[in-house]
Amino acid sequence: MLSIENLHVSVGDKPILNGVNLQINAGEVHAIMGPNGAGKSTLSHVLSGKAGYTVTEGKVIYKGQDLLEMAPEMRAREGVFLAFQYPVEIPGVSNIYLLKAALNAMRKHQGLQEVDAMDFLVLVKDKIKLLEMDEKFLYRSVNEGFSGGEKKRNEILQAAVLEPSMCILDETDSGLDIDALKVVAAGVNSLRAEDRSFLMITHYQRLLDYIKPDIVHVLADGRIAKTGGPELALELEAKGYNWITEQVA
Amino acid sequence: MSAEKVSSQYPELYADAETICAGQSVAWLQTLREQAVAQFAEQGFPSLRDEEWRYTNVAAIEKKRFSPVSHADIGAVELASLEQYLLADTWAVVLVDGHFSAALSKLDGLPESVTVTNMAGALESQADLVEQYFAQAVNTTEQGFSAFNAAWFSDGVFIHLPAKEVLAKTIQIVHVVTQAEFMANTRHIIALEQSAEAKIVESFIGCDEAYCTAAVNEVFLAKNADLTLYKLQLEGVKAYHFGGTYVKQARDSRFTHHNFAFGALLARSDVHTDLQQAAECDLNGLSLAEKRQHIDNHTRINHLEPHATSRELYKSVLNHRARVVFQGRVLVAEQAQKTDSDMHNHNLLLSDDAEADAKPQLEIYADDVKCAHGVTVGQLDEQAIFYLQSRCVDVATAKNMLTFAFANEMVERIKLKPLHDQVLAQLLQHFPQAGVEQDWL
Repeated sequence: MLSIENLHVSVGDKPILNGVNLQINAGEVHAIMGPNGAGKSTLSHVLSGKAGYTVTEGKVIYKGQDLLEMAPEMRAREGVFLAFQYPVEIPGVSNIYLLKAALNAMRKHQGLQEVDAMDFLVLVKDKIKLLEMDEKFLYRSVNEGFSGGEKKRNEILQAAVLEPSMCILDETDSGLDIDALKVVAAGVNSLRAEDRSFLMITHYQRLLDYIKPDIVHVLADGRIAKTGGPELALELEAKGYNWITEQVA
Repeated sequence: MSAEKVSSQYPELYADAETICAGQSVAWLQTLREQAVAQFAEQGFPSLRDEEWRYTNVAAIEKKRFSPVSHADIGAVELASLEQYLLADTWAVVLVDGHFSAALSKLDGLPESVTVTNMAGALESQADLVEQYFAQAVNTTEQGFSAFNAAWFSDGVFIHLPAKEVLAKTIQIVHVVTQAEFMANTRHIIALEQSAEAKIVESFIGCDEAYCTAAVNEVFLAKNADLTLYKLQLEGVKAYHFGGTYVKQARDSRFTHHNFAFGALLARSDVHTDLQQAAECDLNGLSLAEKRQHIDNHTRINHLEPHATSRELYKSVLNHRARVVFQGRVLVAEQAQKTDSDMHNHNLLLSDDAEADAKPQLEIYADDVKCAHGVTVGQLDEQAIFYLQSRCVDVATAKNMLTFAFANEMVERIKLKPLHDQVLAQLLQHFPQAGVEQDWL
């Protein structure tokens, strides 16, 4: 599904990622953990095509294509989805409009017929139940005035509508109380499928209690310092990150 | 104001213009016009030295010769050509080149107690009533254009509602200018007696040549009266537009103004209101300026007595080398305790060469008041563009969505559905970037 090979990324003159290697196969759930400043968010931003990062070396192959050569919207239309750590508020653009515009842009790109308003309404009302959201959220401006938990639910709602192949969840647990975390996790779990992969970026192990990863990586000093099974997350929770960063150093 | 002697070609150009002016047989008006002529000869049009005009240079008016138009010379206008601007089921007054067109107007079925007529007609049949209001909300010394307007206005509209009259239909005033170098100089009085209510839509359209519109509205709202006034400035691309609305609000009256400025090469709009006790005003504005358009909006809200409320939101979208000016002045008099005032101005720049000058001015002499204000001048939010891209939307469409959303907030405030749809269509048509789809709505 996604293959990251020797990825080096700088912001200005400052190197952030120093040779990341990562192979995610279809249907797998990977977690990337790491201390603050390890480059976790940089990785998610580079994969989704955010401006301001320079790839100095390496490549990212997604479904056989050079991902880094693609515009952000093309990545999204090809099925790469980023759930933002800080979803952006967009006053004046309603949630339902954005959802429909996004889905139809994706369908058009895939050569599929666009969904009309009536069919879309049926579809989205089905998805919104999954996230235990009130239908009134559909008609509010995107993320405007949403609580932290509502914003994160809204991100997963978008994923549920777009049905991407590669979901990147950037610090999805941050700002969530335990009830909201359970709802968001249930939403994510319902999306798990054989042809869909996940990359969860998180500082804490808490999220992984609810979304079980297949593989856990530790990102430190801009590279993958350690890879293991779900038990690695528990070890990190118990021992912190220092023992790994010391190994790297 | 400069003490320098101003020399304007217009007093000479208009030396014989009195024959085209309304109310020639009305003595008080003739006296007032003579004063205004003298005032204008002294003062001329405003200059950049005038604080209220420092961002807007009207010198081009003196370089051109915008001539008075007699009723015999007005252009032919087909009703069909106005259809896209006329709303269904309204009373309509159409002014062509500054003169009333009975053929194009539609005033049948007005309640007998209500007056909606052209100013020339009102000055013939009810000059005493007109005199009660004329030049009471704005005097000829206010600025050059008010003197010019009073001196040589050709016609206009007189609207009077008796107490408790609530109009079932909207009144529409359409200004059309048909030819190059024409000056359409009009004056309206809108007077609502106690607890009367009306909705008025005033539209300005014209040909693609350089012409000039000068339009002054005096509005009088008696106790508890309620007026919503929509202004659609859709002038031709080379036009000059000067429009002033001057309002006197008695106790508990409500004035809602929507000021859409989409047209003209150079447009200046003044909205002034005096608020007595517990009166409310709500001023809304949306300017779309592109290429070399210059749009200047001035508002002045005078809180003269306690407990009055003012709300103001003006927005503008600028592209290319366009320039937009906003000067919003709120005055709270010493006795105007418990004033509640809120003024905001937001400017969206789509080009590096566009310029927005925003100047909020608060003068507060009372101590127990709530006065908020905020001004922003900025570009589209890069974070929001990226967010939309990450949701499959291409950059051009993302920019359109965000720009449209910014402007549409003001269109959504229009409560008359047919007008809302008309302005929305105008917004989409004037939209600075291509590819906007109705589907967004």
